[in-house]
Amino acid sequence: MVEIFSEWLVPVLLIIIPFYGLVKKAKVYEIFIEGAKEGLDVVVRIFPSLLAMLVAIGVLRASGALNLLAQILMPFTQKIGMPEELVPLALIRPLSGSGALGIATELMKTYGADSFIGKMASAMYGSTETTFYVLAVYFGAVGIKNIRHSIVSGIFADIVAIISCVFYSRIFF
Amino acid sequence: MMNYIWFFMIAVGIFVGMANGKMSEVSKAIIDSAQSAVTISIGLLGVMALWLGIMKIAEKSGLMDIVAKVLKPVITKIFPEIPKDHPAVSAMIMNISANMLGLGNAATPFGIKAMEYLQELNRKENPSNAMCRFLVINTASIQLIPAVMIGLRASLGAQNPADFVIVSIFSTATALTAGLIFNNFIEKMSIFRE
Repeated sequence: MVEIFSEWLVPVLLIIIPFYGLVKKAKVYEIFIEGAKEGLDVVVRIFPSLLAMLVAIGVLRASGALNLLAQILMPFTQKIGMPEELVPLALIRPLSGSGALGIATELMKTYGADSFIGKMASAMYGSTETTFYVLAVYFGAVGIKNIRHSIVSGIFADIVAIISCVFYSRIFF
Repeated sequence: MMNYIWFFMIAVGIFVGMANGKMSEVSKAIIDSAQSAVTISIGLLGVMALWLGIMKIAEKSGLMDIVAKVLKPVITKIFPEIPKDHPAVSAMIMNISANMLGLGNAATPFGIKAMEYLQELNRKENPSNAMCRFLVINTASIQLIPAVMIGLRASLGAQNPADFVIVSIFSTATALTAGLIFNNFIEKMSIFRE
């Protein structure tokens, strides 16, 4: 069931969305081209932070520091059943979206996109938002400085997201 | 914040590398990582352009309106203190629908607009409960189509690039529910008073 859903998701979107656009009399081809150009911009925009993060993680891994960190956090990660390789991703996710994307990329390159770790890294990236960024942008826009309880709730939701991601990954992958 | 974290990651890596006598591995890793940033980005380029092209059609042809219609009753339930026909409600709905479809660029302007409307209702220096609640929804927003990650997985050779989506949706839904319940509890606490 899950397999069918995920296998069909991409092709079905590829037909349904342009079809819906045509029904709504949108210039689907021209709009597509415009969007594709934005895709180019996104990649260009992501590139510097991807590079920065890949280098930092590369250094951490090659030096053995990542292993050290994993060993320190072992009591906690073992308790929730999280593979230690995912610890850096879980820590960076609420702070930097492109940083987390870089770490997830590195994990998939190292262990394979279809490995358990690779899939779980993808799911973890998609499980939560960049809490600190969201807070800064939205409250910054209306000039609010006292953020009250929002950060506590945001981080609480992040922790729940990480733990449930581990839980559901064990069920589905 | 990221400034310190990034520097800290590299500094710790290099010091541990020195202590472990792994400096040649470290220098090799630096060069290799920089190169793989290029190969990854080039691989990502095609899939990303394809996806955002398709998603642009979704945005322009008003697919968001369908999601918005489904969301309206839910949002008015979550924000009982906001009048149902206040523009803040529709701005929040558009923001959340765009987030659900993975249209981050479209979501942010709606979100900021929603915050401005909520602030008009608030008229205080500190954020209202509704504003904090809206933020919690945004920090744990459910993504039905996480276009970037699907593209990235496809470019890294995943057989089935979208197979993680179901887990993401389940865990965000759990986090969102838990986050909102928790938020309702702590917004009444005296240390967080308006």
